[in-house]
Amino acid sequence: MDFFQDTILKLKQYWASRGAVIQEPYDVEVGAGTMAPETFLRVLGPKPYKVAYVQPSRRPADGRYGENPNRLYKHQQLQVILKPTPDDVLEQYLGSLTAIGIDLRKHDIKFEEDNWEAPTLGAWGIGWQVMLDGLEITQFTYFQQCGGIDLDLVPAEITYGLERIVAFLQNVDSVYDIEWAPGVKYADVRLADEEQFSVYNFELANVDRLWRLFSEHEAECAELLKEFTPESQRFPLLAAYDQVLKCSHLFNLLDARGAISVTERVGIIARIRKLAVGVAEAWCAQQFPAEEAAA
Amino acid sequence: MPDFLLEIGTEEIPDWMIEPALEDLRSRYQAAFSAFGGSALMVDATPRRLVLLAKDILEQASDVQSVIPGPYISAGPKAAEGFARKQGTTVDRLAKLCDAKGERFVVHQLTKGQEAAAALGEKLPEIIAGIHFPKTMCWTGKDGVRFIRPIRWIVALLDEKAVKFEVAGVKSGNLTRGHRILGSKNPIPVTAANYIERLRENFVIVNAEERKRRIEGALGADVQRDDELLRTLVYLTEFPTPIRGSFDPSYLELPKEILSTVMRHHQRYFSVVNSDGTLAPQFVAVTNTDGDPDGLIRQGNERVLRARFNDARFFWQVDQQRKLSERVADLAKVTFHVKLGSYAAKNNRVWMLAEELAKAVGADAASVQRAAEICKADLTTDMVKEFTDLQGIVGGLYAKAQGESEAVATAIYDHYKPLSMEDSIPRTPEGQILSIADKIDTLRECFQIGLIPTGSKDPFALRRAAQGVVKILFEARLPVELAIYVQEYAGLAEFMKERAQFYLRDVLGYAYDEVNAVLAAPLGTLADLADRAEAIHYVRPTGDFEPLAASFKRIKNILRQAQVEQAPLPDAKRLAPGPEEDLYTAFMRVRTEAGEAGSYRDKLALIASLRPQVDLFFDKILVNDPNPAIRQNRLALLYSLLAEFSSIADFSEIVTSQEKTV
Repeated sequence: MDFFQDTILKLKQYWASRGAVIQEPYDVEVGAGTMAPETFLRVLGPKPYKVAYVQPSRRPADGRYGENPNRLYKHQQLQVILKPTPDDVLEQYLGSLTAIGIDLRKHDIKFEEDNWEAPTLGAWGIGWQVMLDGLEITQFTYFQQCGGIDLDLVPAEITYGLERIVAFLQNVDSVYDIEWAPGVKYADVRLADEEQFSVYNFELANVDRLWRLFSEHEAECAELLKEFTPESQRFPLLAAYDQVLKCSHLFNLLDARGAISVTERVGIIARIRKLAVGVAEAWCAQQFPAEEAAA
Repeated sequence: MPDFLLEIGTEEIPDWMIEPALEDLRSRYQAAFSAFGGSALMVDATPRRLVLLAKDILEQASDVQSVIPGPYISAGPKAAEGFARKQGTTVDRLAKLCDAKGERFVVHQLTKGQEAAAALGEKLPEIIAGIHFPKTMCWTGKDGVRFIRPIRWIVALLDEKAVKFEVAGVKSGNLTRGHRILGSKNPIPVTAANYIERLRENFVIVNAEERKRRIEGALGADVQRDDELLRTLVYLTEFPTPIRGSFDPSYLELPKEILSTVMRHHQRYFSVVNSDGTLAPQFVAVTNTDGDPDGLIRQGNERVLRARFNDARFFWQVDQQRKLSERVADLAKVTFHVKLGSYAAKNNRVWMLAEELAKAVGADAASVQRAAEICKADLTTDMVKEFTDLQGIVGGLYAKAQGESEAVATAIYDHYKPLSMEDSIPRTPEGQILSIADKIDTLRECFQIGLIPTGSKDPFALRRAAQGVVKILFEARLPVELAIYVQEYAGLAEFMKERAQFYLRDVLGYAYDEVNAVLAAPLGTLADLADRAEAIHYVRPTGDFEPLAASFKRIKNILRQAQVEQAPLPDAKRLAPGPEEDLYTAFMRVRTEAGEAGSYRDKLALIASLRPQVDLFFDKILVNDPNPAIRQNRLALLYSLLAEFSSIADFSEIVTSQEKTV
């Protein structure tokens, strides 16, 4: 039997052998691997790129105080971006399942329609949820738009739900029973995380302060975008994008606290989206001036 | 004559889009290649391929002889020369033809029939790329071909000979692919003749009907029939094999509705039922494999279902910690619509409207109001957040568990019904009123901010809401005058009327003119509307009815020409003895008797009995008398006649058999 970490290593190995850069997780809170700059910014523009990384993804509202065997405040995604999409992308993906020890001849694989959309990022795509014996193990998306920009070099995004896959492989009913490493269970590594952050996210996070922080990060990003001139390769758009991520995470926290009213909700999403779109456009202008001129 | 085979090989197409896409492919093919005939045209599909097979088509289309008309000889030599030059010939070689206007120059043109291979190769790229899908993507670049999912291979064969073309960088040929896992790893060469068999050897059953039979054959008599689910599974698999699994009977303590929803909507499993109709602790999953010899697939599915049921049980327990009535305040945080505010606001409006309706109907107002008060609270529960299709149903189940009365719980449980034209209406008057109030409120609010369905665009399912209201009012025969509740909202009254029209025609089956006739009269209740339509339909075949309807049309025209929009009863003293006075007397008698008659059938029979008097009147009397006073009095008589019976229907809308033949 493979431990949690073995499966991760095997997937990284698999995609590394297919030319992917193996990145480390991004170090700002994100709700999904898509939001890390390795996806959000890399899918823009004409440069081919292949990358794979594990991204711990925080969704405050999904926390269950460590009491629900399948729901987590923070789960681990293994994110793969293949840009452009190779013709045999689905065969390659199925190969990765074989690589982690799933004998496809003894299991049932289905690709069921599931399109993806992230309104705060101005991003959407078309794809499937991949079902293994009735279990959703992967989200597969052909990115169509990101930061409000139509993508010309269409990337495939493969997002593996690591906890689910490993719970399946280890045949355990609770993610907390997953064996992470020899003698170390998932609960040993992560349970305290789930317990404490559930309390913080649902009960103790200071709503007024979170709102202030939101405004501060928003202002920081907006000011940077105002200063931006495409001529300077050093202009810190990456720093501006970090501010977008901060805003997005604060929004999720406020949402978990029940602090966002109906009327506010749409407005807040639009505010974050505006920043994300602003960064994406500036990034294209800075990094791909030739393309911009042609367009 | 060769068979033509086309297979568009793609990545997995969403199951629900496949049949419409096939029909579109079929009609596009027919439109483009009718010249090649063929003894049969078949389309079929699996998730990974759209297939078209045309049997016995012509290798070459027939030549077409056509005549290009030129100028008349009388137009002179210049015109003839011009025409000849344009046709690439000379005047002496032009043919001549006589038509009604004289003799003219013509050119007989012979168009060679195109070869099938050439025509197919030329037009198919456009046809394939043009197949309509509700949502498309690009994968070769943002200006590239759009299709539902990437096209990965194309088979195009006239018997065994490839028809050459290219779509989205994919070249057509004779190579197909088998089942992703069970089939050959390499492309498989096929001919039109052996295609089906070669694929079968590679674990692909091309024929959807055959896959359906294969699933059905393995289901067992105790499996709950579910045609929609069956169709989904037919198009989710290339080689379907059902397997049966079980779950711990302790989950059966959860309501059946919740267990079935988890199995059906989330896992696409069939439920298994006992002979008494209760759920058995089993399910059937349909796999895309040739079997499960080691039981691994069964175990995997059982494990997933266990987790899902655990979630449901957990939601049920957590949700019970706060009663629905305590949750109502939370609705302020649930969006109904961006521009229309929260469910709290909607709840208040529905509550008031339900009260009004309950009074009109004479239903148990206290129960209706209590149900209206808490009916949306289940939107804040974990159960509904997870299983959104169970909105309402969960509310009803929770209400019952929390000690609400049966009437309240049932009303909440049913208040989204009917979900379609086939679905039943709420079982109780309280549920019917709540459902109507909820839907009318949605319609009113959306119309008020201009969210009005146009063509096929109806994102808020307003047609379904309106149809639901209409269906309930017709079927439950509630004494509700619909117009009162919709008339102040621009366009809504007309919208509801269209739905009533649809119901009368398509569900109750009345002829369009019968429906138009009753709808042209004041609306009243829908039950009354149905009765009037029924009466017209019943009385119509009797001899006097249609001629009388024709007379009503005449009356309407006369009044319109005379610009009479309102008139008092005629002055009896001014009536001339004979046909005029006879008509008046008969009218007054029928008026009284019809007023006392119990049914619309009797009323209509009485009205029809006026025919001899009306006919005689028009035969003998000139309405347009030179004396204005007499003329006005005659118009008043006609007006009274028309007005009196127009509350039942506008008879002038009836198309008489005489008109039909003209």
